[in-house]
Amino acid sequence: MKFTRLDATVLTLCFAFLYIPILILIIYSFNESKLVTVWGGFSLRWYRDMWSNDGLMDAAWITLRVGVLSASLGTILGTLAALALTRFGRFHGRILFSGMIYAPLVMPEVITGLSMLLLFVSLNVDRGFWTVVIAHTTFTMCYVAIVVQSRLYTFDRSLEEAALDLGCTPFKTFFVITLPLILPAVISGWMLAFTLSLDDLVIASFTTGPGATTLPIKIYSQVRLGVTPEINAISSILVAIVTCGVIVTSLLTKSRELQRQRDERAAFRAGG
Amino acid sequence: MAADTELSPHGNPFRHLVVLIPYIWLLMFFVAPFLIIVKISLSETAISMPPYTPVFDGFATIKDFISQLDFDNYLFLTEDPLYVDAYFSSLKIAIISTFLLLLIGYPMALGMARAPTTIRPLLVMLVILPFWTSFLIRVYAWIGILKPEGLLTLLLQTLGIFGPDEQVQIFRTDIAVYIGIVYSYLPFMVLPLYATLEKLDGTLLEAAADLGCPPMKSFWTITFPLSIPGVIAGAMICFIPITGEFVIPDLLGGAGTLMIGKTLWTEFFGNRDWPLASAVAVLLLLALVVPIAIFQNQQQKS
Repeated sequence: MKFTRLDATVLTLCFAFLYIPILILIIYSFNESKLVTVWGGFSLRWYRDMWSNDGLMDAAWITLRVGVLSASLGTILGTLAALALTRFGRFHGRILFSGMIYAPLVMPEVITGLSMLLLFVSLNVDRGFWTVVIAHTTFTMCYVAIVVQSRLYTFDRSLEEAALDLGCTPFKTFFVITLPLILPAVISGWMLAFTLSLDDLVIASFTTGPGATTLPIKIYSQVRLGVTPEINAISSILVAIVTCGVIVTSLLTKSRELQRQRDERAAFRAGG
Repeated sequence: MAADTELSPHGNPFRHLVVLIPYIWLLMFFVAPFLIIVKISLSETAISMPPYTPVFDGFATIKDFISQLDFDNYLFLTEDPLYVDAYFSSLKIAIISTFLLLLIGYPMALGMARAPTTIRPLLVMLVILPFWTSFLIRVYAWIGILKPEGLLTLLLQTLGIFGPDEQVQIFRTDIAVYIGIVYSYLPFMVLPLYATLEKLDGTLLEAAADLGCPPMKSFWTITFPLSIPGVIAGAMICFIPITGEFVIPDLLGGAGTLMIGKTLWTEFFGNRDWPLASAVAVLLLLALVVPIAIFQNQQQKS
């Protein structure tokens, strides 16, 4: 298939559509004026205001803790689920299991959020920090499972089989052979889980309680009152963090992949 | 999957834990909540904390439970045109936006698949990056552009298309909702499309061209039919969550924008009518059972 000038035009337009709104947001976070359409000169004023806004900073801290905890739990559970789906063939209730992994990916957030809340209420659990962590773990683990699963499908299974044949226990085989090989997928699964948790407004709104206002809830309540440059500032910082994270992980994965290819070639030469 | 049995012989405690831990977690926190939603949607509203009367306590009372079932919430939903309208208007908005997403996403994915192999990973990353950026922030970015005194008005006035007194009247209308949805969901549509188009066998198109088939015809007879799995996957990944979308219609839509996700939110947080909110959720879920089943099927095949 040839890459025509028309394709180039389409791609340029589509990427412009995807990126211009975010760029505008970032540019206007440095605007001295409070008005969106008036450029009042370059200023870091809104970043300073944001920094001294205690409510916003508290919310950011809570969001960060929720993100790290739920991404870590979600990564462990999701990796286990991916192993169960790819390595264990048929087991009792497999169809239900894979259904439970795929359904949360597309489930409207209002339904997930409401159902979680009703569960916590029925169990008489006080809503707060931990209920948000549990809710986030539940939907992020499914994303991690999908990411790790695709990696488990593609890698050379003979390595695992060799270890098992040589008398390595399944438990040890996992930690010595499987985990190092799927590590890039596990890491990007964690990153994905973390950003999804950082980003979630709807599920957190349903499952949170007093004293556990997350950043998206805070941003949402301010956004409803109109555009404020302070929100532009904190949004730009979030965009910057995520962009750096994505670039760093993709570079890491790439260099690991190159290293692995070099190792394989070296092993092949040594063997031949 | 014959090799699996080797890694995990039957009766191995490790194997059992690997399956059981995520399984039990999902049963507890994903499946059980749905059963509770169904149960509460059949309860009466009560002004207390929690604001509903429990219908069902313990399995011994199944008979009582059946006699106490209360379909009033569902009857109420079918009688009040607000809910019926919101229901159909969500489906309409989801269908139209999925179509728009295909219209924009397909040429984009095709362009990416045709791009030189060296720049393809970069293009994929450029599509994924906005997806990692907060949904809320991306929707918020459009408020500053679309509002009457916003940047779009400024741009059009500067270009001389609009007079100094004219303003763009898009913000808080359905058009703004469509823009927000297409913008937010575009990566979800492009990635599955790109995944199928990239794998497409180029020799088929060469053969068609050699035999004198015009490009337009070979697109409709070869490329498009072969990309149908990607089209279905992309359409389902977008259509299902859009139907229940809350943030976009709430921030960009106006009073006239009816969407069931927003109705559920208002019913829950505004009117504190939990049983009614649950009934709305159950009906929304019923509308989505078929698309979700198609999505599951597609995923399992791939």
